[in-house]
Amino acid sequence: MKFSVTVILKKDVLDPQGKVVQNTLMNLGMDNLKSIRQGKFFEIEIDEKNQDIAQQKVDEMCKKLLVNLIIEEYKISKI
Amino acid sequence: MKSSVIVFPGSNCDRDIADALVKMQFKNQMVWHKETNLPKSDLIVIPGGFSYGDYLRSGAIAGKSLIIDEVIRAANAGCLVLGICNGFQILTETGLLQGTLLRNKHLKFINKDINIKVMNNKTKFTSKYKINQILKINIAHNEGNYFTNSKHLEEIKKENLIAFQYCDEKGNINNDSNPNGSMENIAGIFNSKKNILGMMPHPERMIDKLISNTDGVNLFSSLLN
Repeated sequence: MKFSVTVILKKDVLDPQGKVVQNTLMNLGMDNLKSIRQGKFFEIEIDEKNQDIAQQKVDEMCKKLLVNLIIEEYKISKI
Repeated sequence: MKSSVIVFPGSNCDRDIADALVKMQFKNQMVWHKETNLPKSDLIVIPGGFSYGDYLRSGAIAGKSLIIDEVIRAANAGCLVLGICNGFQILTETGLLQGTLLRNKHLKFINKDINIKVMNNKTKFTSKYKINQILKINIAHNEGNYFTNSKHLEEIKKENLIAFQYCDEKGNINNDSNPNGSMENIAGIFNSKKNILGMMPHPERMIDKLISNTDGVNLFSSLLN
């Protein structure tokens, strides 16, 4: 079973990389660009048939290592 | 006084801190991160560098290594723990220190000698400094922008847990003297029991007039006191 996890900085945490990417795109003429936040993406495969159990495991992985909960938030999706 | 320096793949200030400790008369041992037993120590140092190539987040992988359980156990039992630069990042990842270190505000790796002010000299790490003393110490980091939640920030201000703040040569603490965007110009903090210090500047690089200055010496002599 495969899951995707996206990790992104919380809204009130400054994201200087996203800002630089945004400014560069605006310099390239993307005038209607409103905002960009840069994050991380993980593709995780789990050897488990029960989706609830598998998703719980992924959630545990996020909390234990993949995400710094002080500054980041995450979303798990089945793929 | 016995000290242990924890070494991870990618640590690169481990020899410098070991030299500084030996020069200051500590009996030092190097401890590889795969060890599960920590030698009896009065001081544990987590050195600077780029443990695990800063993969995932600076300090995240090192913060889950085998020896860390022992470091946490010793720290909770009152052992002195000093984390410098990547060591500070690792301590925040273990939860021994609260908050985290974000990418520098201007996205640049900064390697230069900056000024910091001693904000609390009533601790085992800083007793030989004068309060408000201005030190010139080297910083070399890409993620030194200290961030924490507003509740914890209030707590460390109220409890006097800010060890050092970035300042200018005259001691002014403001945006111009903040090299990396840290909240409140924070360069180093203590835990609530004040037996753990995390700091971005490198005191081990400031122990010899021949190559720099001696502003770091008193941190080590405080510990020996």
